Amino acid sequence: MSSSKLDPTPRRPLPSQVVKDDEPVLVAAAKGGDVSAFETLVGRYERKIFRLTQNITQNREDAEDAMQEAFLKAYEHLQNFEGNSRFYTWLVRIAVNQALMKLRKRRPNVVSLDEEVDTGEDMVPREVEDWGPSPADRYAQTELADILGKTIGELDPSFRVVFQLRDIEELSTEETAEALGLTVPAVKSRLLRARLKLRQALNQYFHRGEHQ
Amino acid sequence: MKCKTIITELADYLDEALDPALRTQIEEHLGKCKDCRVVVDTCKQTIEIFCNSEPAPLPSSTRVRLHEALAKRLRRVRA
Repeated sequence: MSSSKLDPTPRRPLPSQVVKDDEPVLVAAAKGGDVSAFETLVGRYERKIFRLTQNITQNREDAEDAMQEAFLKAYEHLQNFEGNSRFYTWLVRIAVNQALMKLRKRRPNVVSLDEEVDTGEDMVPREVEDWGPSPADRYAQTELADILGKTIGELDPSFRVVFQLRDIEELSTEETAEALGLTVPAVKSRLLRARLKLRQALNQYFHRGEHQ
Repeated sequence: MKCKTIITELADYLDEALDPALRTQIEEHLGKCKDCRVVVDTCKQTIEIFCNSEPAPLPSSTRVRLHEALAKRLRRVRA
């Protein structure tokens, strides 16, 4: 590492880059019965919602069903959306519920978000190797997508879903807690574990010496 | 400050949710400890890589089934 000072703020897209200006107009039109406005919203978010349901369920068929149900429920309950949050955030919450229902149905004894998280010694990273700048650029986009899909799939579901909401969908810690019925400290401890485990899993692909 | 404290506070540090005094202590430690600097930096990169990754296009068969299901249900809701 060349600098002893770190910028602690990840370079994330601002909400204004995620939400297009016309979204409230489209939502209002869809509420008024304009099906094409709702289809525009579906087209805008279908890829992200499918990635979300795929990441949570780790099953293609379940992911597809959960995505479909999420969009259908969103349309049917659109009148309940009061605009207090982004439409996308509201949609994500519906999709997460659908995906978790699929996951629990398939793995009823495995998936519990309520279990205590051990914060013991194993959190201390085992491999401490520098990755150098822009490690993701060393891979083609499809290759990178495979790596990310594989590593997040290996996470425990209770960590995976928190990381998905907090760091991929960029919900706030409080929104994530509310969506999953967890306390804020529980979200924070799962998020820390998820980030550390993913960092460790990605280390084999990104440490200096790979792809160089 | 011990390295373990850096790990414990890592999520809040990256999310800028720490009080300024603790943040200063952490940055002083990071200035001296290369291993912790690397852990913080690679953890930050992990978040960025996932956050910035573009979702793959929907498989065409999945997309067709989604829009067929929507068309069917939306017609029913409107009727």
